[in-house]
Amino acid sequence: MSLESVQRDAEGYLANREDWSKELAQEIAAQLGVSLTDEHWRVVNAARTIEEESGSSPGLRKISKRSETPIKSIYQLFPDGPAKLVAKIAGIPKPKSCL
Amino acid sequence: MKTILVLGAGTAGTAIAHKLRRRLNKDWDIAVVDPSDVHLYQPGLLFLPFGDETEDRVVRSRGSTLRRGITWHKSAVEGIDTEQQRVELSDGQKLAYDFLIIASGSDIRPDMIDGMLGDGWRKSVFDFYTLEGAKALEGALAGFEGGRLVVNVVEMPIKCPVAPLEFAFLADAYFTKRGMRDKVELVYATPLDGAFTKPLASKTLGYLLEDKKIHVETEFMTGEVDSEKNVIRSYDDREVPYDLLVTIPPHSGARFIEKTDLGDEIGFVPTDQHTLAAKKANNVFCIGDATDLPSSKAGSVAHFQADLLTENLLRAIAGKDLEPTFDGHSNCFVETGYGKAMLIDFNYETEPLPGQFPIPGIGPLPLLKECRRNHWAKRLFRLVYWHMLLPARPIPISPTMSLAGKQLSAVAELGGA
Repeated sequence: MSLESVQRDAEGYLANREDWSKELAQEIAAQLGVSLTDEHWRVVNAARTIEEESGSSPGLRKISKRSETPIKSIYQLFPDGPAKLVAKIAGIPKPKSCL
Repeated sequence: MKTILVLGAGTAGTAIAHKLRRRLNKDWDIAVVDPSDVHLYQPGLLFLPFGDETEDRVVRSRGSTLRRGITWHKSAVEGIDTEQQRVELSDGQKLAYDFLIIASGSDIRPDMIDGMLGDGWRKSVFDFYTLEGAKALEGALAGFEGGRLVVNVVEMPIKCPVAPLEFAFLADAYFTKRGMRDKVELVYATPLDGAFTKPLASKTLGYLLEDKKIHVETEFMTGEVDSEKNVIRSYDDREVPYDLLVTIPPHSGARFIEKTDLGDEIGFVPTDQHTLAAKKANNVFCIGDATDLPSSKAGSVAHFQADLLTENLLRAIAGKDLEPTFDGHSNCFVETGYGKAMLIDFNYETEPLPGQFPIPGIGPLPLLKECRRNHWAKRLFRLVYWHMLLPARPIPISPTMSLAGKQLSAVAELGGA
């Protein structure tokens, strides 16, 4: 599926997780000004795996530990707010609270 | 004799131990393990810093909260052997179990943030998630003469996710009452993209922040507390200055979980979202704040899980399959100051909606709306907690969420968000 044909919410998060593919992630990343290297993928894949396991979008500390990437480095990889960027690229929901 | 062993005698552990005791005969030993002499009513910690709650009302001796028929091992946990079905205690005892329930809650971890435990700790940097922290903060607030009060959620997940916001609302009312609100700047710094992150709450409750003049600093992930310069610094090098910092430090699971293979990266236990079985071992279950579930880390959740897990354990004992009954139900009062509160009721799928609770169309408690009745219900809940919830007497609230009485149209009006 291409970026034009998938459904995203008003903030740019993927509406249906089954629409996600590596190619789509690259397109979303490019639109957000991020070019995905292996280091980026390690972070994105960790976020996807944790969300799949636990049912919620993980915080950066958990992503950092799973991907063995220091939080500071995650900020360098995704400079404009990694929590949102990683979730958008990984096709997982926005990190939320209960209200 | 068969044994159900419960690790942790907080809200979840105490409630389920009593529930099981009421349902199982004397062939079963129900035992809890907890090293601490005291049981703390954690919701009271929100009010204590403002002088609206006292230590003697939020603390009881652990022994007084555990009724006859429950064995209490007053020790910390050293390790869990899930193959042999044995728990090793710090005092050297080894306890065999038939079923294990992990209810060891979560710990606040100021040690995880550079500088948080530095020179400013409990002088200008306070938490209110511990009794010691809440008491120290009471003194600091009483002596505060004005300046920037920053409430900072370092990262999610945290216990009672709305408590930091409630603290900011109560601080606004507290300083107003003292006639010094104009001398205090209130800042709420959050790693999320807003103080409210769900569409309906953002739309309907945004006025609270405006009315109370609370400035929100979003997407702020604290990497460091610099108590020489009195600033918190984020990983992307933004600084928020403070005169008084009320921090909600990172949380982790109980420390002993790290010594087992049952936990995740931050010591929470991967748990089936609906059956509450631990994912990494047989005959092990997890409830309350100790799980990695997307449900809130809150007393109401612990209570609903205790109800539903009791039924599942009885199924397991009878050799039947577990049933996926837990729906993420959470029910929380949210203090907004000046003697008012809101009530929110939600689950994994349904965000907090307006309506009436618990009786559709009647209430008497309105949902997602401020009112005095909700405030008094919150304050009186302390008595329900000690006398009904902990000893597992029936409380007439369904452990699963009901849509009855909720205005689903409120979501539709937002465009189905």
